[in-house]
Amino acid sequence: MEIYRAHVLVCGGTGCSSSGSATLIERFNEKIAENGLEKEVKVIRTGCFGLCEAGPVVIVYPDGTFYSRVKPENVDEIVTEHLLKGRKVEHLVYTDHATHEQDANKALDDITFYKYQKRIALRNCGVIDPENIDEYLAMDGYLALEKALTKMTREEVIDEILKSGLRGRGGGGFPTGLKWKFTYNSVSDQKYVACNADEGDPGAFMDRSILEGDPHAIIEAMAIAGYAIGASEGYIYVRAEYPIAVKRLTVAIKQAEEYGLLGDNIFGTDFSFRLFIRLGAGAFVCGEETALMHSIEGKRGEPTTRPPFPAVKGLFAKPTMLNNVETYANVAQIILHGADWYNSMGTEKSKGTKVFALGGKINNTGLVEVPMGTTLRTIIYDIGGGCPNGKKFKAVQTGGPSGGCLPESLLDTPVDYDNLIAAGSMMGSGGMIVMDEDNCMVDIARFYLDFIVDESCGKCTPCRVGTKRMLEILNRIVNGKGKEGDIEKLEELAQTIKSTALCGLGQTAPNPVLSTLHFFRDEYEAHIKEKRCPAHHCKALLQYVITDKCRGCTACARVCPAQAITGEVKKQHVIDPDKCRKCGACMEKCRFGAITKM
Amino acid sequence: MDQSKEKFAQLQELIDSHKGQKGALMPVLQGAQGIFGCVSEDVQKFIAEGLGVTLSEVYGVATFYAQFSLHPKGEYLISVCLGTACYVKGSQSVLDKLSEVLEIPVGGTTPDGKFTLEATRCLGACGLAPVMMINGEVYGRLTPDAVPGIIAKYKAKD
Repeated sequence: MEIYRAHVLVCGGTGCSSSGSATLIERFNEKIAENGLEKEVKVIRTGCFGLCEAGPVVIVYPDGTFYSRVKPENVDEIVTEHLLKGRKVEHLVYTDHATHEQDANKALDDITFYKYQKRIALRNCGVIDPENIDEYLAMDGYLALEKALTKMTREEVIDEILKSGLRGRGGGGFPTGLKWKFTYNSVSDQKYVACNADEGDPGAFMDRSILEGDPHAIIEAMAIAGYAIGASEGYIYVRAEYPIAVKRLTVAIKQAEEYGLLGDNIFGTDFSFRLFIRLGAGAFVCGEETALMHSIEGKRGEPTTRPPFPAVKGLFAKPTMLNNVETYANVAQIILHGADWYNSMGTEKSKGTKVFALGGKINNTGLVEVPMGTTLRTIIYDIGGGCPNGKKFKAVQTGGPSGGCLPESLLDTPVDYDNLIAAGSMMGSGGMIVMDEDNCMVDIARFYLDFIVDESCGKCTPCRVGTKRMLEILNRIVNGKGKEGDIEKLEELAQTIKSTALCGLGQTAPNPVLSTLHFFRDEYEAHIKEKRCPAHHCKALLQYVITDKCRGCTACARVCPAQAITGEVKKQHVIDPDKCRKCGACMEKCRFGAITKM
Repeated sequence: MDQSKEKFAQLQELIDSHKGQKGALMPVLQGAQGIFGCVSEDVQKFIAEGLGVTLSEVYGVATFYAQFSLHPKGEYLISVCLGTACYVKGSQSVLDKLSEVLEIPVGGTTPDGKFTLEATRCLGACGLAPVMMINGEVYGRLTPDAVPGIIAKYKAKD
């Protein structure tokens, strides 16, 4: 085996790839060769390291120096200074958002963003090369599969998962071990294991990062599940929108087959297991388990009523055990370290850790994994660094289109499945979108309803027609045409849809409206009664006005696409509200802060 | 004509490799979308015959999923992310600007067949919000101001 004195880890996750990390890798390899270091330094493309905001991220080991927002032109300096002469390039080192320090000697775990985290599902993301099975093996990879196959009975494996307290990470929170047990109990000539990687919840990308950063963890867990429930085949259903994830999974499955970790008689036992990938084709409802299985079968992805549950009759009418990517990512670790290790973390009813995708109006966008029970405040402020540009926090949305918006007063809620439901939202898959004072909560509710109307499969009437009527009312309200009684109508429709829709998508569709009505009713009322949008977001309800700070520089008049601004040079200008298209171009252009929204 | 023959031969190969496989329709449609750029009626008929399923079943699946299109799309497919993280950071105004610059509505294709403008759900690049993707290339941290420059780059490409 070749031994290198230093490793350069470049993030190859979707975020950093989009910020140009592939060019960085090329440049590093070129410069390393130019300096004759190719036998001493190795460049590795890893999966996502979580801190997308600081991307592209480069970490140099053995020092553990964390460089952020690295540009191709910085590579030369890192190679000639750090790698050749051993002098860390201080000015490129990541600046800690809390301490404002740029400390090249600080250990990664001490950086504020990582300090509160506990990485189990993400343990290998950003650490290993996801396309190299040897690196996974070196991180105790496939040891859990070996342990399960050679030292544990099928019942013991299921018991261990049950005892760990692991619950479904896709959003429902159903005890994973129970699901395994039910499928184990079903008698059939053929059973299936399936993985839900159809991460459709907008704003959540943990499944993507796990598949891109640690695909073998999912393969290993599915094989363990196959052994436990008695399945010889498994299907991974991935969104077509995730090309990198699909590619790395394909590579990983091939490598596992070559190593005999998938296929016939794994580890010399009589257990055989094969995995297949199926691609989604852009339908949110396919995240629902029955719809997903129909889609794998090559049909329209419409849900069907349960029972029968998939554990009895699922894919191709055989008993099927479907888990989410993040759920699987915990399995090998539980088998390896034991249920007691896992259930020592978390809260009474929610064990272990949860990955959250931080996005929206927050300084440190990215992926974080924290023990269950961590408060929203810790996640948003200590780890996320709060709202940018000194804006005031308004709400955090969790649970995607099935969840809700929680206000400032609930920030000290310890996050777990039950607490979030009690607070009026839900865990969902773990998207966490922060909103500040500039976001209109009525418009956010409208946004989610618009999403649902678009994605409703149309099979049941409450979801197909009901959500559309709700959207019409919300459109009316944000356009300044809201009427007395609209709020009550929304509530009535919401309750009806909740209790009568066919699947989880429809039953939870009204949640964003209900939660915003509960916590931000005053905003709805301002829109309807006063024809005013408190956040100055809704175009129909807002006016741009030039104040006496105006110096008459004419910049705004020149940039206005509607010629709505008039005035003499060096005198205060005026906006004609009838001509104004409310594009905001004038406000961006004004150097004196003289244009405000009313 | 020859080109179309070649494409159908490719499709036939694809059908042969999936025939008899469980749930073959989806991968075949996905392949066809890649080969032809859309799954028009004649392509659907060909698939129905090839796989031995009814045309209505093929049509049902082809129209259910957003990825399949019955009409050809432009040379450059612009997908603006309207996922939540992008939306709260103003991706709607980026989409509006594109619509204005290209002079087509969302979902439309320019008369020269060069650009198709689409709104898409989360691309999973929330860390760079707001984002858009042009033929697989992701543009992040966008502002409406950046739009004309990016479009000009693609217009100049031939």
